[in-house]
Amino acid sequence: MRTARFATAVALTASIGLLTACGGDDGSTTNADGDVVITWWHNANTGEGKTFYDDVAAEFEAEHPGVVVEVSAMQHEDMLTKLDAAFQSGEAPSLYMERGGGELQDHVEAGLTKDLTDLVPETIDSIGGSIAGWQVDDRTYGLPFSVGVVGFWYNKALFADAGIDTPPTTVDEFDDAVAQLKDAGITPVSVGAGDKWPAAHYWYYFAMRECSEQVLSDAVGTLDFSDDCFVRAGGDLEQLVGTEPFNAGFLSTPAQSGPTSASGLLATDKVAMELAGHWEPGVMQGLTEDEQGLGDDTGWFAFPSVDGGEGAPDAALGGGDAWAVSQDAPDEAVELAEYLLSDDVQKRFAELDMGLPTNSSASEFVADPALAQLLEVRDAAPYVQLYFDTAFGPSVGGAMNDEIALMFAGQAGPQDVVDATQAAADAEK
Amino acid sequence: MRLEILFFVAPALCLFGFFVVWPIAKAIQFSLYRWKGFGPLVDFVGLQNYVAVLQNEVFTDALVHNLIIVVASIALQLPLGLAIALLLNRTMWGQGALRTIIFVPYVLAEVIAGVIWFQLLQPRYGVVDTLLAAVGLQGPEQGWLGDPRYALATVIVVLTWKYLGLAVILFLAGLQGVPPELHEAAQIDGASWWQSQRSITIPLLGPTIRTWAFLSMIGSLQLFDMVWILTKGGPANSTMTMATFLITEGTKRQNYGTAAAASVILFVVALVMALLYQRLVLRRDTAADRPEKKVKR
Repeated sequence: MRTARFATAVALTASIGLLTACGGDDGSTTNADGDVVITWWHNANTGEGKTFYDDVAAEFEAEHPGVVVEVSAMQHEDMLTKLDAAFQSGEAPSLYMERGGGELQDHVEAGLTKDLTDLVPETIDSIGGSIAGWQVDDRTYGLPFSVGVVGFWYNKALFADAGIDTPPTTVDEFDDAVAQLKDAGITPVSVGAGDKWPAAHYWYYFAMRECSEQVLSDAVGTLDFSDDCFVRAGGDLEQLVGTEPFNAGFLSTPAQSGPTSASGLLATDKVAMELAGHWEPGVMQGLTEDEQGLGDDTGWFAFPSVDGGEGAPDAALGGGDAWAVSQDAPDEAVELAEYLLSDDVQKRFAELDMGLPTNSSASEFVADPALAQLLEVRDAAPYVQLYFDTAFGPSVGGAMNDEIALMFAGQAGPQDVVDATQAAADAEK
Repeated sequence: MRLEILFFVAPALCLFGFFVVWPIAKAIQFSLYRWKGFGPLVDFVGLQNYVAVLQNEVFTDALVHNLIIVVASIALQLPLGLAIALLLNRTMWGQGALRTIIFVPYVLAEVIAGVIWFQLLQPRYGVVDTLLAAVGLQGPEQGWLGDPRYALATVIVVLTWKYLGLAVILFLAGLQGVPPELHEAAQIDGASWWQSQRSITIPLLGPTIRTWAFLSMIGSLQLFDMVWILTKGGPANSTMTMATFLITEGTKRQNYGTAAAASVILFVVALVMALLYQRLVLRRDTAADRPEKKVKR
């Protein structure tokens, strides 16, 4: 027995030794040569995008002698995992990507993210309304560089086959289009309900059509979902699901991975439309052998309006990415973030079709017609609502998405969605 | 002598302490806090996370799913594995090739097997539905993995396919330990092939079967990867297991406290079942070893 206890002591001591060996970073921001080191993580890890950001880093270094930018280009999911780990260990990169909303709020509350409000006021002004998703209590913590909107991507040829001349603008017209497509033997809509968020986007949009902007922004701030419009949104969605417009097996269909995903089905002419964000043409190109996606048949229309809804019919659901600076980063990291939002860098970002630039001077340089159309929709929208799951944070958003997915499976009603969301929200308070 | 023991055991104990004891202690610590995964642990909530998990219908359903999988795995793989092992134990043409084929699924990486089955089970365009259509049958409208009524059963079928090979190989190994003289004696006494299997082979295979069932039980309780690839716990949480629940709750929703509580519950459930199994079922096998040890000392 005594031996065992001694051995345990040895084991524990050894573990502690190992642990201390792991945590040997003193968190300094200069290297051996005395240069200021900025670490920058982004997710443009292939092709032109990667080269572009490498160039930007080099330009910044040339302008700022004594500053070294260490760029890490990572695959998106890898980056998210690494960011989580970096925040846990307190060694976050100087400059990184924030999706805004509840997640950002958590980071701010934990003191991980720098308040940029007074550091770069001009840049913040130049971004305009899109910045709202990256503000907490009227302070700005992220500079969005690309904000897209969600809408229906459709196959023009299949719509023509079904005899639909103009894309639907109201829910009634949408139902008619679904019926026409079905009559023509075409599966109307694909949805990746297996991943939950693509299904949840329907509920978000119905909530935006049913609820006024004030109710929604109050809900984001107070996590109070007692307004009746949220239940009505669920009712609208229940009706839509009741028309059975979706692809076979939509409950287990993934959003974007592989030819049998929701995007894959649209890209390969198996369905006529899908509700998705600005990434859709790029995703479809990756899922077709000729790398064209739907090519010239790619069409886009906004989420239909709802009769009697209190929300603006042209309000858009969307989201994007922002550059954020971690709390302990050197001041030069803020300058780099500022540079990334400059007219010149945003123009080049637009020219490469890497996203929808937020600096309005760059808008005219977006080459891709589909993206250019979205940019117009976004800038004409009275407001862009950040995806609810992002806005409410992973815990509330996750519970919300789960319950909406249950509604798609016919196992939850309009009130259930509100109740589950409210319960998760109350647990946060 | 004691020092020697310590010397040889120390490295193993260090690893055990660092990779088993430490994480368990950490999980228990996390489970008592409300924690988002970053920042200091300050929001102590006592046992609230455990209450939340145990009151969560998704978790209790997941626990039931795990138990269904435990029972179904043993109920399906035991007779099938035994039958195949007995067949393959007879000398016949192509024996080696058959053994390999049976064992291949087990060797295949879980993720790869999962992706293959995911594609096979695609509604309408998948191979399974195409084959069914060829003989005039129709799979469920939502697909085998997309319909909450069939998804768990489908996952169990895939798991059976995947792990049958392990059962067969273990049983075959166990069969090598059955002395052929016993069969000869039984034959002389006029026993049929079936009788001698039932009265000689299967009882002598007991220890192997009991050990295999133990492994199968623990594996079923901790089941994660195949479910994650095939359904991610969906549709409508119908294939959620305790492990997929804690991953969803932890890394997806960043409720690390709740996830830690779920992981501790999973650990306790597995531990209790393992100990009960040891006491009630494996005791016979270990009891047989005991006198030997006494002699040695």
